[in-house]
Amino acid sequence: MTSDLVAPKPPVVEIDGLTRSFGGRTVLDGITLRIGRGELFGLLGPSGSGKTTLIKLLTGMDKADSGTVRMLGERLPKLAMMHRFGYMAQADALYNELTARENLLFFASLYGLAGSRRNERIRAAMGVVDLLDHLNKPVAAYSGGMKRRLSLAIALLHEPELLVLDEPTVGIDPALRQSIWKELLALRQAGTTIVLTTHVMDEADKCDRIGLLRDGRLTAVDSPEALKARSGAQTIEEAFIALGGGVRT
Amino acid sequence: MRTRALALRIIRQFVRDKRTLALLFLAPLLVLTLMNFVFNGQSVKLHIGAVSLPEPIESRLERADADIVPYSSMDEAEDALRDGKLDAIVSIDHGAPSLLLEGSDPSVSRSVLVVLQKALQAEAPNAPQLRVSYLHGEEGLTSFDSFGPVLIGFFSFFFVFLLAGVAFLRERTTGTLERLLATPIRRSEIVGGYLTGFGLFTLLQAALIAVYSIYVLGMYMDGSIWLVLLMNLLLTLTALTLGTLLSSYATTEFQIIQFIPLVIVPQVFFSGLFNLDAMNPWLQKLSYIMPLYYGADAMRGIMIRGEGFADIRTDVCILLGFSVAFALLNVVALKKQRAI
Repeated sequence: MTSDLVAPKPPVVEIDGLTRSFGGRTVLDGITLRIGRGELFGLLGPSGSGKTTLIKLLTGMDKADSGTVRMLGERLPKLAMMHRFGYMAQADALYNELTARENLLFFASLYGLAGSRRNERIRAAMGVVDLLDHLNKPVAAYSGGMKRRLSLAIALLHEPELLVLDEPTVGIDPALRQSIWKELLALRQAGTTIVLTTHVMDEADKCDRIGLLRDGRLTAVDSPEALKARSGAQTIEEAFIALGGGVRT
Repeated sequence: MRTRALALRIIRQFVRDKRTLALLFLAPLLVLTLMNFVFNGQSVKLHIGAVSLPEPIESRLERADADIVPYSSMDEAEDALRDGKLDAIVSIDHGAPSLLLEGSDPSVSRSVLVVLQKALQAEAPNAPQLRVSYLHGEEGLTSFDSFGPVLIGFFSFFFVFLLAGVAFLRERTTGTLERLLATPIRRSEIVGGYLTGFGLFTLLQAALIAVYSIYVLGMYMDGSIWLVLLMNLLLTLTALTLGTLLSSYATTEFQIIQFIPLVIVPQVFFSGLFNLDAMNPWLQKLSYIMPLYYGADAMRGIMIRGEGFADIRTDVCILLGFSVAFALLNVVALKKQRAI
């Protein structure tokens, strides 16, 4: 557990001794983690392992019982830091009665975007997810995949330096998943730090580093190759089982 | 077999949902108890002011369970009537009995008339015809005219409460509230936004209900339409803030509906639709915590008694206070969704 402390670039996310419990049940237990600038970091773990809780804490939406969370050097939770990251939730949180453009206008205004800059950003974000032709359609008429892409476009609107994505590819067909990954890799290329959660093992292979989360503990944090090498496994799935403390019954 | 499985599932679900269970059994008891207090207390006592009334008539009225207060002059008695201390004044003017009714509650007016006519018939059968006049309203004031102002307020309150509660709940259950809270928006801005957005529609609704009742249904109207609109708007504002606040404590639309017998129905009983004089005095005090009580009181004052702003100022302030308090509590309740 030392490799994560020597991340090569200055950290975007610094988490120290983080613990969070709900009603006596410990959901996160002593999490310490650094995520460097420009990294594509994957949080891998079965459902119920605490991924979403960790996401809520590292964005400052939830407050730790003990331990500290810093984003870009600032101690969370802090309202001003809500400007600094883009967020895509597990559920498509869209207003179905409104058109895609109206959804985008709403969220753009929340981030303080206005005027020609706002229109420019809406076109750019929708261009990235290839939805420019459907800008004026009501979201109710969107397919599931289009909704996911629109959610991603909303997360990109204010050009955040950090993207936090909770299960961005859940429930999406393979072709669309590939196109979303293409977009994510391009964003990383452009210097955006990305933190995402997944329980799809082969997606983990595409991350720079992954953290294995199991029952509220980070059991290993390293690059996919290093994790496989360390556990002598061929695939991330095998490495996860070997490093995660065996099969849970 | 399948019927049994389905029945079993429903029973299991019910037992799990303690709140629905409690509501199913306790809410009817609560409502019935309230009705019992409202309708089954001591009989309503009529308060009648007497100016130079012959002793026999006075004592006969008292035997009919009316509370007779003697006044030495008509002016003094009229002041008491205006303050709401009396229901009517009986006087003998040049040998002819005359009755001045407060008039805003037709059922009270009728009771006074019946009691007085009986007393006159028994004690002075040869007296000239009783002259009846009204301080507020008129002879033709119907029960609907009297209940109308309360109903206007009630329906505005009820529908806005439901609408706001469900809308805010949906924002939470569809995940858009969580998404919203991942942006730099302040909790107070969310509450403010809801108030403004919904406020526009509640304003329209309040105006439509009031204008329709008065100009189309021809409800008795003695005061300013602007004051009626103001009161209606304040009531809906209170309903809006209360609805969004309570929706924080509901997880389904069904649970919002469950607030109706707990929050709305008791307010109806205390709103002035029913005469509370028959109720235990300490129970009557419960009306002080019910927004609808203040709204209905002011609406009746404006529409039937033609009261001006000075008369309803207290009601205005209290309703504003309710709205502000509910809105602030809402900002605090949102902390459950986001720590900051």
